[in-house]
Amino acid sequence: MYRYDQFDERLVRERVAQFASQVERRIAGALTEEEFLPLRLKNGLYLQLHSYMLRIAVPYGSLRARQLRQLARIADEYDRGYGHFTTRTNLQFHWAKLKDVPTVLGLLADVEMHCIQTSGNCVRNVTADHFAGVAYDEIEDPRPVAELIRQWSSLHPEFEWLGRKFKIAVAGAAHDRAVIKSHDLGVRIVRDGKTGEAGYEILVGGGLGRTPMAGQTLREFLPREDLLAYIEAALRVYNLDGRRDNKFKARIKILVHETGIEAFRAEVEKEFARIDKTKANGDPAELARIAAYFTSPPYESLPEVSRKLEEAQAKDVELSRFVEHNLFRHKRKGYTALTISLKPIGGTPGDISSDQMRAVADLAEQYSFDELRVSHAQNLILPYVRLDDVPEIFARLKAHDLATPNVGLITDIISCPGLDYCALATARSIPVAQALSNRFADPAKQAEIGEISIKISGCINACGHHHIGNIGILGLEKKGAESYQITIGGDPGDDYALGELLGPGLPAEKVPEAVERVVAVYLAERQSGETFIETYRRLGLAPFKSAFKEIADVAA
Amino acid sequence: MAAVKRPPLPVILVASDLLEGDVVFATSNGWTRNPREALVARDDGAAQALEVLGATAFLRAKVVGPYLVDVELDAEGLPVPRHYREILRTLGPSVRPDVGKQADFQI
Amino acid sequence: MLLLDRHGPREDIWERAEYICQAETNHILAPFGAIVSSDAITDDMKLGALLEPDRAVEDVTPFFDRLDLIVIHFPSAANGRGFSTARQLRQAGYKGRLRAFGPLISDQFPQALACGFDEVEIIGAAAARQPVEHWMEALKRISVFYQRDYGSEDSIPDRRAALAGAVDA
Repeated sequence: MYRYDQFDERLVRERVAQFASQVERRIAGALTEEEFLPLRLKNGLYLQLHSYMLRIAVPYGSLRARQLRQLARIADEYDRGYGHFTTRTNLQFHWAKLKDVPTVLGLLADVEMHCIQTSGNCVRNVTADHFAGVAYDEIEDPRPVAELIRQWSSLHPEFEWLGRKFKIAVAGAAHDRAVIKSHDLGVRIVRDGKTGEAGYEILVGGGLGRTPMAGQTLREFLPREDLLAYIEAALRVYNLDGRRDNKFKARIKILVHETGIEAFRAEVEKEFARIDKTKANGDPAELARIAAYFTSPPYESLPEVSRKLEEAQAKDVELSRFVEHNLFRHKRKGYTALTISLKPIGGTPGDISSDQMRAVADLAEQYSFDELRVSHAQNLILPYVRLDDVPEIFARLKAHDLATPNVGLITDIISCPGLDYCALATARSIPVAQALSNRFADPAKQAEIGEISIKISGCINACGHHHIGNIGILGLEKKGAESYQITIGGDPGDDYALGELLGPGLPAEKVPEAVERVVAVYLAERQSGETFIETYRRLGLAPFKSAFKEIADVAA
Repeated sequence: MAAVKRPPLPVILVASDLLEGDVVFATSNGWTRNPREALVARDDGAAQALEVLGATAFLRAKVVGPYLVDVELDAEGLPVPRHYREILRTLGPSVRPDVGKQADFQI
Repeated sequence: MLLLDRHGPREDIWERAEYICQAETNHILAPFGAIVSSDAITDDMKLGALLEPDRAVEDVTPFFDRLDLIVIHFPSAANGRGFSTARQLRQAGYKGRLRAFGPLISDQFPQALACGFDEVEIIGAAAARQPVEHWMEALKRISVFYQRDYGSEDSIPDRRAALAGAVDA
């Protein structure tokens, strides 16, 4: 994992002092609320429904044990003993106080963390495949490039006052697990067909929210040394030409859509040609310096199969279930990437208590070379686990209510905080997630249904990624009450698709039944080996829609 | 004078404390964190006075985002917002009854 | 009104005019469109151009030698479009003075300088609320930066390279 050097550290410390000064100037009246608002947002501080909320960056989802322990300390001393992992792999504390924030930022700096650009109209936290560095299908580890972009985009003098937020994701494997088509800019590490040389495919104009759009290819193959200059060119075109007359039309996706991808590409290439690349691009030695932090840990030579694990599984059906659903195929023999589900049955997706943070930190230290990951699905991952150690890890997770064996299953629900916390929300999302989780609690039933994703957002901004859920749920206000629209067919991966609406909105209490009807159609109609999304693609919307209609008609 | 757009009466004034971020309610002599202590304005004059109070506190960097919320009065005569969003603001997260005003004030 | 460069407050020597023919001094700051369409320009005039928001840098390039000042308007502090305009002007070879004009905040002063501006002109209440010290302190607050092509030669990557070179040598 990356470590700060003296310069990274100085920048983060000076940024803390700068924010303290901004708070002072706000209180003294030198800055108005209108002026202060974007400054606090660029330091991750929102004013939410009940309190300030502090959003801490977890760059490309990588965390060390010591960092998680510090987060636990902050949760206990400055918040209410818990935090919430988001779909952009950040951690949010819901109960921050403005007067404490400079101190908290200092505590974060002590463990090489910050809140820089986790909100506001600037380049946000860079995300990547949560299995980076360990996935069996990886072309190249995306983290060094993600770190290079993180540094380059931090406090960028030209791009801190964009028309709207700008999200970048990097993927480096055959399968896209970073949802790059939902990002303003997606970077995919590819190999040139002829030379075998590694470079980047650049996608642009993806995004969810009010106007969901899939990212399109901006450049098929960009030589790796040109990356920063090319991103600079794309951002400059956006900063100059993007709309500023209407907040809802200010994302780069609208510019790409209105200009057309061909014309937009021509503009970017024209700007790219003008840029002095010897200065704008990263020094290749700098990428190499960063990459040296991401070398493989000292793996042992292990057999492919763990007898110890197999024997333990034979005696324990719960462990067996956990192994089946929560382990991911590792590139190293005898190792696995183990997902810790933050989706206990009936719980709040993504929430974690300070005690759980400390427990996970201990496990990371003892069994995973001190490292863990946050996934966009709001789960945690121990990336370097020996198969032999899985039974013991499972037992310890169980003791902290962290051993739910449901990764990729129907209760592994993505949900934004919704109106229980968020000032922008139009409806609650967590209670809906909890009701669904309880409805499908039976592990045998979950296994029978198999791979399926439910994603819930409490407003049109789509932090819960509802458009790309196999089943997507959007909470809105209808005639003074909460109402939930259901879409199906969304897919965040290689067959990226936006879901289609099943029918009119339902009250919260009808949602579990409606989802059950939709799932029943799949179970009745599926052919051997078909997942929910595959059956949906074969059958289309119609049978699901008619099953839904029976519920909707009763609700109407 | 042109009609000012306000929610229907009675109303209370809600805002966020600048330094703490807590939800606060205007009273006759300042601000309270307890929604049951909120001053209820029952006529246009009282509602306007609340608005002035909010605007002044905002300018003095005491609160952020003051606005009027329409309420009903419960059996004890205490204000309860009509809209579900504002009800949540007076209670706390519905999924965590152990935190927020619902816990602080045993509402 | 507050006019500042990296050394502190400055006197504004420029006379604003809608049209060149209305000017009474020979330091005339006028809209770029008024300059290119004027036949009243004489050789002894110093010209400053206020760029209109939709003006492309290509339109201005032919006049670089004639313009001693270019002023870019920021309609609000939150609108950072002008930072990219400044970058494009410098990239295209403009060597004259560049001024950012609008209700900026002091934290944006170093950003403006890094993007190629020489000075900022703050107007209205924003100037009254933010005294000169705030602007000068803002320049010292963040002493390191990652971007290699924004002004100085001592970006973090450059300093890292220098350190690595010193170790290798």
